[in-house]
Amino acid sequence: MTAAPDGARSVPDHAHEDVDGTAAASSTTAATPPPPVEEAAMAEAMGPTRTAAGSGPYFGDFGGRFVPEALIEALDELDAEYSKAKADPAFGDELARLHLTYTGRPSIITEVPRFAAHCGGVRVILKREDLNHTGSHKINNVLGQALLTKRLGKKRVIAETGAGQHGVATATAAALFDLDCVIYMGEEDTRRQALNVARMRLLGAEVVPVSTGSKTLKDAINEALRDWVTNVDTTNYVFGTVAGPHPFPAMVRDFQRIIGVEARQQVLDLTGRLPDVVAACVGGGSNAIGIFHAFLDDPDVRLVGLEAGGDGVDTGRHAATISGGAPGVLHGARSFLLQDEDGQTIESHSISAGLDYPGVGPEHSWLSSIHRAEYRPITDAQAMEAFRLLCRTEGIIPAIESSHALAGAMQLGREAVAAGRPDTTILVNLSGRGDKDVETAAAWFSLLDEGES
Amino acid sequence: MTDQAVGTQDPRARDVRSAVGERIDAVRAAGRAALVGYLPVGFPDVETSVRAARTMVEQGVDVVELGVPYSDPVMDGPLIQKAVESALGAGVRVRDTLRAVEAVAGAGAPVLVMTYWNPVIRYGVDAFARDLASAGGAGMITPDLIPDEAGEWMTASDRYGLDRVFLVAPSSTTERLALTARASRGFVYAASTMGVTGTRTSVGEHAARLVADTRRAGAEHVCVGLGVSTADQAAEVAAYADGVIVGSAFVRPLVEAAEGSPGSDGIERLAAVVRDLASGVRRAAV
Repeated sequence: MTAAPDGARSVPDHAHEDVDGTAAASSTTAATPPPPVEEAAMAEAMGPTRTAAGSGPYFGDFGGRFVPEALIEALDELDAEYSKAKADPAFGDELARLHLTYTGRPSIITEVPRFAAHCGGVRVILKREDLNHTGSHKINNVLGQALLTKRLGKKRVIAETGAGQHGVATATAAALFDLDCVIYMGEEDTRRQALNVARMRLLGAEVVPVSTGSKTLKDAINEALRDWVTNVDTTNYVFGTVAGPHPFPAMVRDFQRIIGVEARQQVLDLTGRLPDVVAACVGGGSNAIGIFHAFLDDPDVRLVGLEAGGDGVDTGRHAATISGGAPGVLHGARSFLLQDEDGQTIESHSISAGLDYPGVGPEHSWLSSIHRAEYRPITDAQAMEAFRLLCRTEGIIPAIESSHALAGAMQLGREAVAAGRPDTTILVNLSGRGDKDVETAAAWFSLLDEGES
Repeated sequence: MTDQAVGTQDPRARDVRSAVGERIDAVRAAGRAALVGYLPVGFPDVETSVRAARTMVEQGVDVVELGVPYSDPVMDGPLIQKAVESALGAGVRVRDTLRAVEAVAGAGAPVLVMTYWNPVIRYGVDAFARDLASAGGAGMITPDLIPDEAGEWMTASDRYGLDRVFLVAPSSTTERLALTARASRGFVYAASTMGVTGTRTSVGEHAARLVADTRRAGAEHVCVGLGVSTADQAAEVAAYADGVIVGSAFVRPLVEAAEGSPGSDGIERLAAVVRDLASGVRRAAV
């Protein structure tokens, strides 16, 4: 593409290290020691050639801003305010305080040997984002964006949600910060996730079911964008994932980056070395980029994103955007997407509402294109088997989204053992808990029982 | 960076004639503003949409905008969403748009294609420009493409002699008005209000100022769209803009016909609405 070079519109890269470093260091003082100084110094010395240095608008050929002109001023305003916030220690301190006293960070890691027995017997360690307040990693990003909303002087937030996790997190932050809150949710998803609709309403948010298009997450984003164009003077769009127009992919990533910053040190403390593989599920990709980012410049750490394979990529009924899609533009950024030969978005399919999205964040498309991260599909059936196993072997009910990462660990562990590396350690981002999925899981397994017994 | 992207255009660009610009000038010479009419291709079906577009020209539309149906039309309100969804559901293809352009181009008004960007990327920017030009199209309006991201389209539109209409909004800064004015050819599309397509009781109070600011930023022609649906509104806008863009008000009779009595395809009612709006732009003193 002929667009300008990377970072043309952005602040110097080391700036985001300040806020993340501050946030991570402050929040970890309570439980774990801060990262060693020499490591930070080394990262600094590696400078702008680092893979982790990308701060948008472009990640290689991906990213940018494909939005109506009416939104550019708001995006510039958000970008500028975020840059100021990153340079302001008070912002980092406030975010770190919320992580510590509200979310419950740092989240712990848990080694799961009984589950690992099903992964070829390698070591498996879970990063427990499921233990965060509101039940997933989504709160990390939402608190950052809610603080920015206050700094912008805006009184109203809007958000899209698929499974409802981002909607619940946004409604939570809106209650905490006294903001008006409207959540757009596909009509289909309001039915699939009725409990989360009730949660958002309990928290004082207005939930608007979206009945256009496929009536799912992508249409909820369309409707939120229409709201934003109309009400941009008073309203901040709290975007839930690392997709969308700049600055969202870089900003949401920065807010989620704390997952990997903590986990990297926690695994070092536990095992004395870095993990061999980091595995995370990928819908839009925020929990994956959050745990990957601190490892991008550790060349020996393999990064694997597990996409929602639905009924199988070859059936066409899936949400595996990188595995089964092609580059294009959707929701403001150039990235991989599921599209037909005319460039019309294809509806995605997944048992997991949170991964049921035909797009993916541009940084993932870039990491795939430079072969720094790899992406593979996990079918509904594989994910549900991993879901069942973690429940039974470890007493942890995972989100169905995160179960895709667990199923990935099962494959990767067995492959490592087959390749003669039984001493492999796999770090899995357990991005959310499965309370919201009990109904889906119950239906899935009772169907299996009827069908197979 | 934006200057770089825009600055990549072919130096011969200055020599490219603007079919739409010339039409607007001709209309202005006749003492009035232009009426620009939008319809989505393929609603209720391709043949009817072509007939409807030709009817618009017969009844007084000076420039035609044919919309490419797209699955995620973030700049469109409920009415146009409904029409486009129905077109896609009936299997309308991007190539139908090019066929429609060819069929409408002979009717006596330059034809612009209004399209979200991904269908063009998928077709190939250069290939789409080439095929649009050979179908007799005048250029493209691109609601989710800003000049900053339009390098490939700048090059292709120069190569094939096509107009490129970018949008400005009441929120656009002076710098962005200048950037957009420089990048555009044919006219600059001024969004009258912050929002999506649809009929409104009043055109935004920002519109007149936005037109003046955009002209000051270097735009030769500025047309106003979003929310114009009555002859009075058209007259009001025609008093300060080079053109009045009408979409939802023209789509509505077709949607109502599709939902209502069988046998009526809405074209007669569309003709009446066009005549009304055309009288509006003729009423205003430019």
